[in-house]
Amino acid sequence: MAQPVTTPAAIRVASDRRAWFIAGGAMVIWIGAYQAIQPLADWLTYELFGIARDSHLGKSVAFFLYDVPKILLLLSGMIFAITTLRSFFSPERTRALLGGKREGVGNVLASGLGVVTPFCSCSAVPLFIGFVESGIPLGVTFSFLIAAPMVNEVALVMLFGLFGWHIAALYLGAGLSIAVIAGMVIGRLKMERHIEDFVWQIKSGGGAVAAHSPTWAERFAESWRSTREIVGRVWLYVVIGIAVGAGIHGYVPEAALADILGKGAWWSVPVAVVIGVPLYSNAAGVIPVVQALMAKGAALGTVLAFMMSVVALSLPEMIILRRVLKPRLIAVFVTVVALGIIAIGYLFNLLMA
Amino acid sequence: MLNVKVLGTGCANCRRLEDLVHKVVKEAGLAAEVEKVTDYAQMMRWNLMKTPGLVVNDTLVASGRIPTEAEIARWLKT
Repeated sequence: MAQPVTTPAAIRVASDRRAWFIAGGAMVIWIGAYQAIQPLADWLTYELFGIARDSHLGKSVAFFLYDVPKILLLLSGMIFAITTLRSFFSPERTRALLGGKREGVGNVLASGLGVVTPFCSCSAVPLFIGFVESGIPLGVTFSFLIAAPMVNEVALVMLFGLFGWHIAALYLGAGLSIAVIAGMVIGRLKMERHIEDFVWQIKSGGGAVAAHSPTWAERFAESWRSTREIVGRVWLYVVIGIAVGAGIHGYVPEAALADILGKGAWWSVPVAVVIGVPLYSNAAGVIPVVQALMAKGAALGTVLAFMMSVVALSLPEMIILRRVLKPRLIAVFVTVVALGIIAIGYLFNLLMA
Repeated sequence: MLNVKVLGTGCANCRRLEDLVHKVVKEAGLAAEVEKVTDYAQMMRWNLMKTPGLVVNDTLVASGRIPTEAEIARWLKT
């Protein structure tokens, strides 16, 4: 416990320099490892295991051995970068930025901030109360609460890794649009009286804690901790998801799914959403499966709708929000977001025709 | 006697902070009462927007993060 009470600036600079040095070194190793995955996967499958190149088994095994390390590396590297970026934002700062914004502008800003502000659903209630109580309109608050889980870092990284940057960007754009529009709709519906009464009675103590401005060393240490935590939580789903996806890749014939999950099947979008909502937190396992389905003829809009409903609407979050929202408002929230997702699904199926 | 409150609803970070506080109190041999606050209305007395929060003698000293042991020790000893 013999830490100095005030850290001299010189020590801070030295520890930051050391942190950057370590982060830079890790990046070099990361890039090297990433380059090595493809040749290593091919070598293992075809040379070491001696599986024939054109066989079903060969395709599946090579796919699995390539995708698992690739996605896990991408997740570690990009989540580290994203959490470091997020360390520059805080709910308090976001609230200050949103204060006094009109609807419309406020909804757009809130959705964007929902993506970059560090957020976990366990903080949804204090955040909700803090927003509403400081006079931020309900619709603007909802734009934030919809964007934050929907555009989640694990989903985004996996889309990037398995589908490419353009699909990841489409997902980001679609998620933000739904957050903006759903927030505006909820704002128009004047649902304020469906917030639990105690929220309006709270008189917060005002004086928030003085903003802690972390050093680079602290930012990196914190990012490293949350990266390990997130990857530790999802890696098994990733492996299982990719294994199932790899099986589909190798064994299901091309275009086998076009009839049930293709553009022609109009009912597939709402069905995808209904199946997706209860599949909470398994985005990591769902995305590889969905990618394989798409390769076999499933339509992009249907697939996007499915993924969005998996991450954006979840039962645990509804239960948490029930503490501050009356059932009617929760129902409206779920309905508006689900309709938005279905609309996006149809739109993409139409555009990609 | 010191009064320390950990604000949070039971997520992993809140539990980690609580353990850390107990550890610091024990190691420094302080006479402190450590409470857990899980009620949202109460948490808002300190305008907390991100759990976990740490309150020492009615003052919020950290929110939305897990402070280091050294930081906690410093707050408890002054």
